[in-house]
Amino acid sequence: MSVEHSAAHAEQAKRGAFSSRRVFILAAIGSAVGLGNIWRFPYVAYENGGGSFIIPYLVALITAGIPFLLFDYAMGHRHRGSAPLSFARLRRGTEGLGWWQVAICFMIAIYYAAVLAWAVSYTIFSVNKAWGDAPDAYFFGEYLQAGDPGVTASVVPGVLIPLVVVWVGVLVIMLLGVQRGIGATAAIFIPLLVIAFLILVVRALMLPGAGVGLDALFTPNWSALLEPGVWAAAFGQIFFSLSIGFGIMITYASYVDRDTDMTGSGLVVGFANSSFEVLAGIGVFAALGFMAQASGVAVSEVATSGIGLAFIAFPAIINEAPGGALIGVLFFGSLVVAGLTSLVSVIEVVISGIRDKFDLRRRTATAVVVAPAALLSLVFFSTTSGIYVLDIVDHFVNRFGILVVAVVSVVVVAWVVRALPRLADHLNLTADLQVGRLWVVTLGALVPVVLTIVLIQELWAVIDEPYGGYPMWMLVVFGWLMVVAIAVAGFVAARVPWREGTSLADPSVPDSEEIS
Amino acid sequence: MSTSAILMMIVAIIVVWGGLALAIVLMMRGRHPGDPTIHRDL
Repeated sequence: MSVEHSAAHAEQAKRGAFSSRRVFILAAIGSAVGLGNIWRFPYVAYENGGGSFIIPYLVALITAGIPFLLFDYAMGHRHRGSAPLSFARLRRGTEGLGWWQVAICFMIAIYYAAVLAWAVSYTIFSVNKAWGDAPDAYFFGEYLQAGDPGVTASVVPGVLIPLVVVWVGVLVIMLLGVQRGIGATAAIFIPLLVIAFLILVVRALMLPGAGVGLDALFTPNWSALLEPGVWAAAFGQIFFSLSIGFGIMITYASYVDRDTDMTGSGLVVGFANSSFEVLAGIGVFAALGFMAQASGVAVSEVATSGIGLAFIAFPAIINEAPGGALIGVLFFGSLVVAGLTSLVSVIEVVISGIRDKFDLRRRTATAVVVAPAALLSLVFFSTTSGIYVLDIVDHFVNRFGILVVAVVSVVVVAWVVRALPRLADHLNLTADLQVGRLWVVTLGALVPVVLTIVLIQELWAVIDEPYGGYPMWMLVVFGWLMVVAIAVAGFVAARVPWREGTSLADPSVPDSEEIS
Repeated sequence: MSTSAILMMIVAIIVVWGGLALAIVLMMRGRHPGDPTIHRDL
C-alpha cells in the first residue's frame, strides 16, 4: 500500500466510514426518505395535475434531482470532508458555504425533533385512539395546548417527555459513530420502514372508498402540463425530497470508500426515494378516499398535507377504519422511523463539520452539538407556542435557507470556481455510468435557473400574503432574521482558523499545494 | 377507478419502481463495488 493510500485510510479511519456501499446507500435513502415523502408528495401530486404530474416529476428527477445529488456526492467523495472542509478544499474562499449549510442543518434538527416527538406520542395514542372524536381539537388543544400565536415559556409535559426521548435516542446513535450508529440505524430501520409502509398500503387499499382516493390522485389533468407552476412544483418537490444542497450528501459521501462507484449509488438513491413517494401517495390517498366516502364528501374536502394530514386527517381516518389502531401504529411508526433516519443525517452534518474544524473526538463533538441543539429544541418547541414557532421556522428555513444556499453553492462552484468538469472527472474515475458534458450543463445552467424560479415563486407568495397569518414580529424574528442570521453565522464560522495540521489541499491531487 | 387513473397509476409504478430495479441491476453489475479493506480500518 502506498504512503498516500495509508494516509488516506488513516484519515478515513479517524473520521469514521461506512463499512460498505450497501450501508451508505441505505443511510442516504434514510436521509432522503423523510416526513416530506409521506405527507408532502401525495398532496403536491394531487394539486398539480394528478396522474400527469408524473411527467414533470420524472423530468425534474432526471434533469435536476439526480444531477444535484451527484454534485453533492462528488464534493464529499473527492474532498473527503464535511461540508465546510469539502468547500475549503475546493477553494479556501468558499468555506462559508459549507458552514451556511451546517447552520441550516442545526436549525432544522432543532425543530424536526419536535415533529418526531409528536409522532412518537401519536404512535402510542393510536392504540386506544386517545384523541377521541375530535382529533383537531385534541391536537391543538389537549396535546399541544396551543394558545394564541406568540412566544410563551409554558412547558407542555406531554410534548417535553417524548422530545427528551427523541434527543436521548439521537445522542446514543450519534455517539455510536458513522458505521455502528448511522449505518446500523439505516440498515435496521429502512427495511423496517418499507415493510411497515407496505402493510399500511395494503390495509388502506382494502378500505371501502380507496378507489375514490386513487382516482383523485391518479386521474391525469393533461392541461396542467402547460402551467409553469406545475413544473415548478415538480422541481420543488424533487429538490426538497432528496436531501440535496445542504450538506447531508456531501458529509455521507465523504464516508464512502474512494473506489466506490458514486453515480450508480446516486441513481439507486434517487429512484428509491421516488419509489417510496409513489408508495406513500397510494397509501395516503387510499386512506383519504375512505375518509371522503365515510363522510359523504368529495376527496378534495379531506385532502391535505403536512401536519394537518398526519395529526388531524389520519386520526380521523383511524377512528372510522376497521382495524384503525393497526393503521395508526403503522402510519405514525413510519413517520417516526422516516423522521429519525433523516434527523440523524441532519445532525451528522453539524457534528462532522465541528469535528473536522476543531479536530475533536467523536464523543466530544457529539456532546458539543447535541447538548445545545436539544436544549434549544426543548426551550422553543415543548411549550404552548412551539407549533407556531416551528411552522414559521420550517417554512422560512426550507424556502429561504436550503433553496438559497443550494442555488448559491451550485452557481459558485459552476461559474466562479469552475470546478464542475473536475468533479465530473472525479465521478467518472470509478463510474460505470459516466457523467459527461450534459451533467455539467445541467448543473451549471438548468438547475440554478429552475431553482431560482421556484425561489422567486416562494418569495412572491410570502410578500403577497404574510405567511400563515402570524403577527409580523414573529415572521421577522423567526423567519427573515433567522435565515439571515444562519447565513451570517456560516460566513463568520469560516473565519475561525483550522487546527494546525489540517490539510486544505485537495486529497485527490497528491502534489497539490497545501494552504494551511 | 377510472381507466385513465388505473393506467397512470400503473405507468407511475412501472417507471419509478422499474427505474429503481434497473439502477440496482446496473450497480450490481458494476466494476467498482468499493474497497473491502475499509471495513478492517474501522
